[in-house]
Amino acid sequence: MSAKSASHTRRTIWRKVKSDLMMGVTVLATVITLLPLFIILAYLLAKGASSLNFAFFTHMPAPVAEKGGGMANAIVGTLELIGLASLIGVPIGIGAGLYLAAHPGGRLAAAARFGADVMMGVPSIVIGIFAYAVVVRPMDGFSTLAGAVALAVIMIPLVTRTTEEMLLLVPHELREAALALGVPAWRTTLWVVARTAASGIATGAILAIARIAGETAPLLFTAFGNRFWSTSLTEPISSLTVQVYTYAISPFPDWQRQAWAGALVLTTIVLALELGVRWVTRGDTRVAR
Amino acid sequence: MAEILEATHDSVGVAARPAHAGAFRARLSGDRLFNLVTLALTLVGLSILVGLAIALVIDSAPSIKAFGWSFVVSTDWDPVNEKFGALPFIYGTLVSSTIALAIAVPLSLGVALCLSEMAPEWLGQRLGFMVELLAAIPSVVYGLWAIFVLGPWLRDHIEPMLGKALGFTPLFRGPQVSVSMLCAGVLLAIMVVPYIAAVCTDVFRAVPQSQREAALALGATRWEMVRIAVLPYGLSGVIGAIMLGLGRALGETIAVAMVIGNSPQISASLFAPSATLASVIANEFAEATSTLYLSSLVELGLVLLAVGLALNIVARTLVLGATQRRFEEEQ
Amino acid sequence: MAEKLVARHLSAYFGQGRALHDISLAFPANMMTAIIGPSGCGKSTLVRCLNRMHEVVAGARTEGEVMLDGEDIYAPGIDPVQVRRRIGMVFQKPTPFPTMSIEDNVAAGLKLNGVALKRPERDRIVERSLRQAALWDEVKERLRRPGASLSGGQQQRLCVARALAVEPEVLLMDEPCSALDPISTARIEELLLELKANYTIVLVTHNMQQAARTADLTAFLYTGELIEFGETRQIFTNPARRETEDYITGRFG
Repeated sequence: MSAKSASHTRRTIWRKVKSDLMMGVTVLATVITLLPLFIILAYLLAKGASSLNFAFFTHMPAPVAEKGGGMANAIVGTLELIGLASLIGVPIGIGAGLYLAAHPGGRLAAAARFGADVMMGVPSIVIGIFAYAVVVRPMDGFSTLAGAVALAVIMIPLVTRTTEEMLLLVPHELREAALALGVPAWRTTLWVVARTAASGIATGAILAIARIAGETAPLLFTAFGNRFWSTSLTEPISSLTVQVYTYAISPFPDWQRQAWAGALVLTTIVLALELGVRWVTRGDTRVAR
Repeated sequence: MAEILEATHDSVGVAARPAHAGAFRARLSGDRLFNLVTLALTLVGLSILVGLAIALVIDSAPSIKAFGWSFVVSTDWDPVNEKFGALPFIYGTLVSSTIALAIAVPLSLGVALCLSEMAPEWLGQRLGFMVELLAAIPSVVYGLWAIFVLGPWLRDHIEPMLGKALGFTPLFRGPQVSVSMLCAGVLLAIMVVPYIAAVCTDVFRAVPQSQREAALALGATRWEMVRIAVLPYGLSGVIGAIMLGLGRALGETIAVAMVIGNSPQISASLFAPSATLASVIANEFAEATSTLYLSSLVELGLVLLAVGLALNIVARTLVLGATQRRFEEEQ
Repeated sequence: MAEKLVARHLSAYFGQGRALHDISLAFPANMMTAIIGPSGCGKSTLVRCLNRMHEVVAGARTEGEVMLDGEDIYAPGIDPVQVRRRIGMVFQKPTPFPTMSIEDNVAAGLKLNGVALKRPERDRIVERSLRQAALWDEVKERLRRPGASLSGGQQQRLCVARALAVEPEVLLMDEPCSALDPISTARIEELLLELKANYTIVLVTHNMQQAARTADLTAFLYTGELIEFGETRQIFTNPARRETEDYITGRFG
């Protein structure tokens, strides 16, 4: 073998080795990336599961530095906040999505579409400031309503965009077939197009709910938090996220223990929604992933 | 006439044939109402964005008036004496985000390449889904885990190594505690990787197979094909993804607030505590007593908003361009 | 021959582009008229102008008149929705509504319009329409199954049944057999011949043999203009225009 072809072969081998190495690096990157997922879930279970007793779900927080107590008010608070936020945010989001899908070219529609995309890039704490300005200040106090408004503002662009996407996925032939039957445009949009896209639209709404269930920052100075039981719309209300945050940064070991439990419950709710909705629509080709 | 049409329709189920002209009365009320309602809801949505910008500007007016441009460069953060400056927080935001990107970008590219080039379809979907789950975990949970697990681990295992090896630079000097800029940066990296990776995966998957085949036909190895065909093609999309990730890092509040130490000081060392625009708002807003104090915090929010929006818009344009191109080329 | 549907100086535009040039054509009652021509000649556009479906596309508009029983459907104040109830349409691609059962699909034209039907009345209409579409025997045992569970040919007959359920006077068929296999095609052609007795049918087709087999009258369109119109037999054996002859003998298209 001549010297030239020997070095050529060496070079070829080196190129192959380098390629395998680099592709191996990408696999390593994937492993490193996914590691925290399992580590965090493991820690949640290890440190939180043992604190999940009946008392946790039914009792109020104990006085500062006292042991015991639970997060009943926080769990209910979260449910109330996301419920109210959905009541505000889902109709607006779906309505806007219907409008956008019906006006692919209009100027207002283009502005709204751009606005929705822009809103999704706004940090949630800034949205909290907005809710503070328009709800907390006029009402002169923190309240469930303020928290719900902040969460709804986060939800609206998400629901709008997924609704529009799902509606546009419905083949236009379906709409034409309904129109040709003499069905008015609005009935066609509601009972044919939206109905066909319904599971996709619902998926989008539920994923938006999962997202706001995990939000803390916008609640810090809107719903604020409440050590006592309250379901009133005009009073501050506790929430799982804020409660976990408060306990986690506290110096009390018992509170920290409860923080893990609360985090476990919170993560379970969020992951259940995310996984649940994908499981239910698993065979459905109409739902984009 | 149209009522007669409907009535006979109802009772007999047979469409009555209108006998003469005028039977086609225009009945657009249903359409008009529907359009009106959806338009109104859309306007509500749009006005929220406008209202947000206006509210922020109005509420930060006292602070803007009091400090003007010096706000952006002043390092004072003194609620007692009512002197406020944004520089420590701008610094903290920039540095923590830089650390985050420095770690997250290579990881994300690796993940994206692995999912788009290496893994078979079924595995790629599953792995991609798990990466998405990372994004679903609430920030407060990340923060909690970081306070008790990541922070101590960094302090006990990583920082000593860094201090010994790179302690000659001002970056890695000083006491090693569990709340620090470094911890915040690493945590942000973990939280931001799913976003960048997801977008990059889409971008790489949008690279036409013909490009890859052309490179392979020339005798390129897998890695060379990636370097020649995939990466350049998806470059603008990758940049867009990075900007999206940056936007996400800038706005992340709670997790950072829990591990950065919340100290409005600028220090060179990454081991020292710090604060970001978002974390200081989270920490101090509810207790801000004076109008000027509150207004300064809102102004910090305004800075955050402006930067976040600008990044978001540019990023989306880049990403849209990169994923649309394949569609166009295949026409 | 009473004229059921008449197009007078009909032109159609997509934005600035003109798709139909000044077409005047009469469709006699209870007869089948075929519209033939090469791809892109405007056949579909013409038919879609006959039931005001053309304007559904953004930027599309028409000029001229279309008279149904002597009344212009494009007159100001006329509701296109009402027009479409009297002039039905079956499209090239069978489109049963995916979220509805077979019987709900047939009744869709009525149900979607909020017409309240009692169960027995609804069943009667569904059965009548399915019989007219020659589909009853095949689906009568499974009316509750989803509309999409039928084969392509059956789906198309379902669409015909659906169109018939609202009792139109005219049926527009836009290449209804293009997406179907030969056997389903034959069944639909049989069906059309039966329906002719009660309805006025306009059939757009790119298949000349189909036109020759089924239609009483044939119109030949080319680049948006009406070239020739007359009895089918005459068009195919003794066309008056050169272009018609070229098309028929396969010199183009």
